[in-house]
Amino acid sequence: MTRTTINGLLLASSILGSAGLAQAQDVTLTIESWRNDDLAIWQEKLIPAFESKHPGIKVVFSPSAPTEYNAALNAKLDAGSAGDLITCRPFDASLELYNKKHLVDLTGLAGMENFSDVAKSAWTTDDGKTAFCVPMASVIHGFIYNKDAFDQLGLSVPTTEDEFFAVLDKIKADGNYIPMAMGTKDLWEAATMGYQNIGPNYWKGEEGRLALIKGEQKLTDEPWVEPYRVLAKWRDYLGDGFEAQTYPDSQNLFTLGRAAIYPAGSWEIAGFNTQAEFKMGAFPPPVKKAGDTCYISDHNDIGIGLNAKSPNAEAAKTFLTWVASPEFADIYANALPGFFSLNSTAVTMTDPLAQEFVSWREKCKSTIRSTYQILSRGTPNLENETWVASANVINGTETPEEAAKKLQEGLESWYKPAK
Amino acid sequence: MNPRETMMDVSELKRPRRWHILVFLTPALLIYTAVMILPLIETLRQSFFNTVDGEYTFVGLGNFSVLFGDPRWASDFWNALRNNVVFFLIHMAVQNPIGIALAAMLSVPKLRFSTFYRTAIFLPTLLSFVIVGFIWKLILSPIWGVAPYLMDLVGLKWLFAPWLGRPDSALIAVSLISVWQYIGIPMMLIYAALLNIPDEVIEAAELDGITGWSQFWKIKLPLILPAIGIVSILTFVGNFNAFDLIYTVQGALAGPDGSTDILGTLLYRTFFGFQLQLGDRSMGATIATVMFLIILAGVSLYLFVIQRRMRRYQF
Repeated sequence: MTRTTINGLLLASSILGSAGLAQAQDVTLTIESWRNDDLAIWQEKLIPAFESKHPGIKVVFSPSAPTEYNAALNAKLDAGSAGDLITCRPFDASLELYNKKHLVDLTGLAGMENFSDVAKSAWTTDDGKTAFCVPMASVIHGFIYNKDAFDQLGLSVPTTEDEFFAVLDKIKADGNYIPMAMGTKDLWEAATMGYQNIGPNYWKGEEGRLALIKGEQKLTDEPWVEPYRVLAKWRDYLGDGFEAQTYPDSQNLFTLGRAAIYPAGSWEIAGFNTQAEFKMGAFPPPVKKAGDTCYISDHNDIGIGLNAKSPNAEAAKTFLTWVASPEFADIYANALPGFFSLNSTAVTMTDPLAQEFVSWREKCKSTIRSTYQILSRGTPNLENETWVASANVINGTETPEEAAKKLQEGLESWYKPAK
Repeated sequence: MNPRETMMDVSELKRPRRWHILVFLTPALLIYTAVMILPLIETLRQSFFNTVDGEYTFVGLGNFSVLFGDPRWASDFWNALRNNVVFFLIHMAVQNPIGIALAAMLSVPKLRFSTFYRTAIFLPTLLSFVIVGFIWKLILSPIWGVAPYLMDLVGLKWLFAPWLGRPDSALIAVSLISVWQYIGIPMMLIYAALLNIPDEVIEAAELDGITGWSQFWKIKLPLILPAIGIVSILTFVGNFNAFDLIYTVQGALAGPDGSTDILGTLLYRTFFGFQLQLGDRSMGATIATVMFLIILAGVSLYLFVIQRRMRRYQF
C-alpha cells in the first residue's frame, strides 16, 4: 500500500514538474520566509492580486519553520540556491546578509519613499544611508483586556500608572479573575511583554533609545531602572505559581477568561479573536502622570529584500515596488490583523482590536525595542540578558538596581559607543 | 617432543593472513572515523582558532584564557560546571541507589508480576526526552498540573510550589525528572548482574546461615560492584553530556537566572547562538573541548584507579 502511495506521489510530481516546464517562458519568483502561518494568505490573496496586474511574472511563496529559517537561509544563500526574494528579520541578522553581499541595495527602489526613517531603521546600514529591505510589517505592544470582566467590575480603562495599579487592586479584591496573565518561566515574556512594553514611557521612546546607543545614557540611569521598579510591583497581581507559568499558559489563562488583563503584542490578535469567547479591548501602556506624552513600542518585524544572485532581478524589483505600495499594505494588514503596515499611507483595517492598537500611532510616539539595534551584537548579548534580568526582577530574586547594574556592566564590557 | 609443542609449530608455519578481520572491521571503523573521530579532531582544532580583526587565525590557548580569564565567561562556565556537578551528584545519590534497590527487589524469586514491573519501570527510558519534558512540565504546572491537584486532595497543597520556576529548586526538579526517566538503566544492568550470581554461591551462603538483608550486603553487593562501577561511569558520561531534557523543560537560556544551566546548554547557546545572540564557533569549540577533557579525566580516573582496585570473582 505504501508503495502505491509513493508511486502516486512520484507520478504526481513528474506531472506537476512538466506542467511547470510548460510555463517556463514566464518569470517565476520564489519568496523565502519564516512565516509558514501566512502561506494561505499569500496563495489566496496577495499573489493573485499581484499576478493579475503583472502578467508574465509568477510568484511562489516558500516558507520554512521559524526556528530553522535563519540557519536554512544562510546555507541556501551560501550555496546559491536561495529564492529571488528574501524575507528579512529585523536588524543585525539581515544587516549581516547585506554585508556579506547576499542582499541588494534598495535605497533607490521606486516605492521606498512610502516609508519613514523609523520604518526603514530595521533594514538600513548603521550610517542610515543604505536601505536593503522593503519594510512590510510591525507589531505594537500594549495591554489586551477582558471587556466583559471590566464591565462586570465597573472598571474603566487606565491611562496612568496609578490608575493601572488601582484597576489591578480592584480586580484582585474581587477575586474572580487573575488580575494579569503573565509568567516568567519562558523569560522572554517578562522582557518583551513587560520591560519593552511599558519601558518607552519612561525612557521617552526614541530619545532614550538613541541616547543609549550614543552612550549619553546608561542602563543604570533612572529612566531605564524605573520600568524595572514598576515591573517588580506586577508580582502581586500575577497568577499563583507565575514563576513556572509558560507563554502558552498565559495565552490560555486569558482566552479562557480566567485573567482580566494580558500584557500583549499585537501579533496575538488573530489567535485571540478565534479563541476568546468574550469581548476584548486594548489600551496602550499607561503613562506616569496624566498629560504625559505616551510612547509605544511599534517594533519593525518583517521586511523583504532581493537576493543578489537572483537571475530575475528586474521582475523581483517590480514585485518589491508593489510590496511598497498602499495596495499591498491594505491587503496584508487586513489579512493579518496585528501585523501593521509600515507604509506612510494610512490603511483602513476592519478588525476593531487591530484598529485600537494602530490608533495609538496617532496620539503616541513610536519607538522600537531598545535592545535590538546595535546593542545586541556582542557577548554578553544584551537582549538575552534583559530576558533574564526582567524575569529576576519580577520573581524578586534581584532588585531593579542590581539588575540594571548587571546589564550596564555587561554592555560596557564590549560596547564602546562612537563619539 | 610432547604433542602440544608440535601443534604450536604447525600453526605458526601455516597461519594464514586473517583478512576477514580487516573486512569486518573496516566499515565500522570508517563510519566511526567519519562521524566521531574527525569531528572530534576538528572541534579540538577549532578551539585553538578564532577570528581576530576579521581574519581566522591560530590563537593558541587564547580562547581558553578568555573562557577562564574573562570574568563573565568564567562565571558562566563555573556556574554551568557547578550545576552539572550537582546534577551528577543527584543522579548518583538518587538514581543509582534506587536502581539497585529496584533490581534487588525484582530478583526476589517470589515476586509476582515482576516482568510487568520491569517493563513499566524501564518504559520512560525508551520515551523521547521531548515527551518526558513536556509531560513533566504539565504535571508540575501550577495552573493545570496534576501535581497541585493531587496534593490538594490529600491536604498537602501548601507544600506545592512552582518548582521549575524557582532558582533554588529548578535544578533539583529537573534532575529528578531525569532520574525518573533513566532509572531503568541502572536497574536493568544490576538486575542482569544479580541474575548472573550462581545459585551455588547463594545456597552456600544460606547453608552458612546468611539470609535476607545480610545476604544482600555480604554476598550480592560485593559481587555486583563491577556493575555498579559501570553504571556510575555511564551516569557520569551521560550527565556531563546532558542537554536535551534541560533544553526542552527550561529552554536554551536554562532559566530561571541560569540556575539550570549545565555545560551542554552553555555549549549550545555559545556555538549555535540564541535569539539575537549570534553563534560563536570558536568559543563553542573551546567549551566542547573542556567538556571532552572533563569527561576524559573522569573516565580515566575510573579506568586506571578505581577499576584496577576492584576485586573480581570468578565462578
